[in-house]
Amino acid sequence: MSGTAFSLAGETLTALPSGALLWPAQRLLTVSDLHLGKSDRIARRTGTLLPPYETRDTLARLDADITAHAPDIVICLGDSFDDLTAAETLPPEEALTLTRLMAGRRWIWVEGNHDPGPLALGGTHLAEARLGPLTFRHIADPAATAEVSGHYHPKATLAAKGQRVTRPCFLLDTSRVILPAYGTYTGGLHSHAPALIALMAPDARAILLASPPRAIPMPR
Amino acid sequence: MTPLPAHLASWFAARGWSLHPHQQAMLDRANAPALLLIAPTGGGKTLAGFLPTLTELTQHPRKGLHTLYISPLKALAADIGRNLRKPVDDLALPIRIEDRTGDTSYTQRRRQRADPPHILLTTPESLALLLSYEDAARTFAGLQRVIVDEIHALTESKRGDQLMLALSRLQTLAPGLRRIGLSATVEDPAAIARLLARHPDPCEILHADPGPDPDIAMLDTGAAPPWSGGGARHAIPAILAQIKRHKTTLIFHNTRAQAELFFRDLWLQNDDSLPIAIHHGSLARDQRARVEAAMTAGQLRAVVCTGTLDLGIDWGDVDLVIQVGAPKNVKRLVQRIGRANHRYNAPSKALLVPANRFEVVECLAALQAVRDHTLDGEPRGPGPRDVLCQHILITAASGPFDATDLYHEVTSAGAYATITRAEFDACLEFTATGGYALRAYDRWQRLMQRDGKWQLRDPRTAQSIRMNIGTIIDTETLKVRLKGRMGTPLGEVEEAFAATLTPGDTFLIGGEIVRYESLREMTVEVTRAPGRAPKVAVFSGTKFATSTLLTHRILDLFQQPDWPDLPAHTAHWLALQRTVSRLPERNRLLLEAFPHDGREHLCIYGFAGRNAQQTLGLLVTKRMEETGLHPLGFVATDYATLIWGLDPVTDPAPLFDPSTLRDGLETWLSGNAVMKRTFRNAALVAGLIERNFPGKRKSGRQATFSSDILYDTLRRHDPRHLLLDITRQEALSGLVDFGRIEDMLARIGPRIDLVRLDRVTPLAAPLLLEPGRIPIHGAARERLLAEAADHLLATAGLA
Repeated sequence: MSGTAFSLAGETLTALPSGALLWPAQRLLTVSDLHLGKSDRIARRTGTLLPPYETRDTLARLDADITAHAPDIVICLGDSFDDLTAAETLPPEEALTLTRLMAGRRWIWVEGNHDPGPLALGGTHLAEARLGPLTFRHIADPAATAEVSGHYHPKATLAAKGQRVTRPCFLLDTSRVILPAYGTYTGGLHSHAPALIALMAPDARAILLASPPRAIPMPR
Repeated sequence: MTPLPAHLASWFAARGWSLHPHQQAMLDRANAPALLLIAPTGGGKTLAGFLPTLTELTQHPRKGLHTLYISPLKALAADIGRNLRKPVDDLALPIRIEDRTGDTSYTQRRRQRADPPHILLTTPESLALLLSYEDAARTFAGLQRVIVDEIHALTESKRGDQLMLALSRLQTLAPGLRRIGLSATVEDPAAIARLLARHPDPCEILHADPGPDPDIAMLDTGAAPPWSGGGARHAIPAILAQIKRHKTTLIFHNTRAQAELFFRDLWLQNDDSLPIAIHHGSLARDQRARVEAAMTAGQLRAVVCTGTLDLGIDWGDVDLVIQVGAPKNVKRLVQRIGRANHRYNAPSKALLVPANRFEVVECLAALQAVRDHTLDGEPRGPGPRDVLCQHILITAASGPFDATDLYHEVTSAGAYATITRAEFDACLEFTATGGYALRAYDRWQRLMQRDGKWQLRDPRTAQSIRMNIGTIIDTETLKVRLKGRMGTPLGEVEEAFAATLTPGDTFLIGGEIVRYESLREMTVEVTRAPGRAPKVAVFSGTKFATSTLLTHRILDLFQQPDWPDLPAHTAHWLALQRTVSRLPERNRLLLEAFPHDGREHLCIYGFAGRNAQQTLGLLVTKRMEETGLHPLGFVATDYATLIWGLDPVTDPAPLFDPSTLRDGLETWLSGNAVMKRTFRNAALVAGLIERNFPGKRKSGRQATFSSDILYDTLRRHDPRHLLLDITRQEALSGLVDFGRIEDMLARIGPRIDLVRLDRVTPLAAPLLLEPGRIPIHGAARERLLAEAADHLLATAGLA
């Protein structure tokens, strides 16, 4: 799995095909919006019984990224769990997988809007994390620079030769990068949505998930 | 002979009506538990169905629901209501008649449940909804009769399966229930009778006099039709001449898009300003109602329409039916023809207008089939299990049930007679717990057993079950409105179509050219843009595949030594093909390979219908990619698949090896978009996911994720899940139609002929012009993405 490198605040970062972001100099891997336990929450709230496999599916992909890049630090950029109950009722098998992934490295849970507050699992819980020049938070702050965030689940459509390809994407300008959602059961927000257009500079790029990820001017 | 009650008889006599023999026969057999009447359009079959009811209610006035009338169309129910009320009002009979459809007001619905009318006119979906209420047993307790109108149309789809399951429920609630089915002419009445009757009860079939043969011909347009496409614009002057010569003409099209384009072009040449309107399912409701009213009032000379006018609504004095485009299906053609001259014992008049060369041949084949009285019928398999899942949920919404009782009830519906207890239990398990190998929902299961009976864990879920009743899966559509504060609604377009629009694009809707301005809260806002050339037509419409009967007849036609019945241009085209290459045969597979425009082409004349030809294209190109033949894309029609790529095919046999193709269906094709759509439909019907409702739609970020993700997840983690099993079953027909590929392979055996040529052949040429080209995904798509991305970056100065 090859990534696509770009720079932010003088640091070289790599967008991975999975939607994770790698900071090689710090041996840091960051992912956003895992939404673990989503099917459970939907069953609880609506009675709809979706295939209950998204948590193990998401963790399996995270496992693959961690195995491939052996990071010292993992930052989950918020909405890691679909809600606090989902975090508390994580099935034993999946809790075990998560514990194994966390073992031997620094693990930071950044607070999201779905899962504010501390979780019973290990790791450090922060409203936002600062490392070197970069700030990691869940929802982008329009005034911030050198910022890594998630929350919006960005996706973008590329039209070429009569074909339209829509993929989750990173959004990138000189001030920030917004990560795509990493969780299996997550939809996306088009890059041309007003919220994203307002947030991103006119020359922003979208890096579409592919192997390797592909950068295009952000469709607006 | 059972006579009509005297005052009814004199009311009919006063109008110069007397009972047809089949109407009397229905009356005589009023006590039969199940009765199927086959009658042509205009044969008074609906009245025949109601005669026993009118007689019983006149002779023995009573309270409560007596007869349930079910029709596939809301409009039909309303129409029948008007006709029935005439004698009832005139004679002041003690009979209350009401209809109940999706359009019925909330107050009226509530009252109907508390105090039902004697005769309730409804649709399968509204009946299913009634059965989902807690008071269903009380509502239906005294029910005597059910009349299923246009049953031939219902039994072709899941709506019929749902209806028959509902009848099995009704039979339990009202054990004396007698069933009447009313059908147009069909190829296998016994099959419909089996579905109608309670299994294994017999069902008598009555045949009305089929009436005189229709007066049907191909329209002579002078000019030859184009090589491909479906517009039939070349025929407009000839069609206008026909409209002038007749009182009222119905002009049928196979798709809404074609109807729109044709309507616009017709008006451009309508120099006499004949009153001509358009009617199809995507138009706003009041716009359709206006057309219907004008039609009934006899103010229109012609209506351009689609399948929404297929069924027996009486629009008045239609004396000519024109079918534009290949009829695809003889049975539907015959029913459409029946719309002309809605009078018994008068021949209907119809004209066929082929829109391209291939369709000329198909139209001739259809004409011959109509003359020979042969009809097509694709046999349907056992009752679909997604519909059964929904039925179980509906039953649970109405109250606790015993699994064994429900199983026996379900097997009394003909289509479900052979379902095993294990299969039933799997459906029950799915509705209760999701049926996952990973048992994750012990706490949240939807149904649970209490005191041996199954019921909803949370009674509030009954509401969402009710909101998701039905088996018609519409493509997601968006409303189209004129821009402005109270913008006039114009109709709907498919979401996929709306997604391709950029501001400034023009398209046709309701015969008007409009300019796309913006998308606001899931509504497409447009402004009028008369005079502009429309860039695109609206929506793809329903794609019907040409029936097996018709494709076989076409292949037989090809084998004639010459074609005196075909117009000269088309006969010449076929003769040229025979000289240059050869013509396809029924028991052989003809392949043509030729270079064209710098690409290698392979044309597969499978004659398996559009959906199967498309699936064949997917499977064969996959195989070609694996063997390094570098396919680039393909296009499919009802008759053939044309593939283009970098390398020529020299050894075709391995590409058509049945077990390889079947493997492809199981493995590779499983990841394809058509399979995902098949899954989505099954998941919606079975209640795994809920429909999006207008107004309730979330447009925000992660709010909804596509059913494709669920499908992929299930395939990875639970490949034996019920819904995947249902999806595979569905893939044998419908969009994937793999069953017809298997039929074709069985038919051709090892007889595959590859003809290598140095240029495109007469028969293949139209395919090069065919729209709907499908590019090969996979590696090619990744490469394209890379190229396009680089190009964009370079253009933007970012590379």
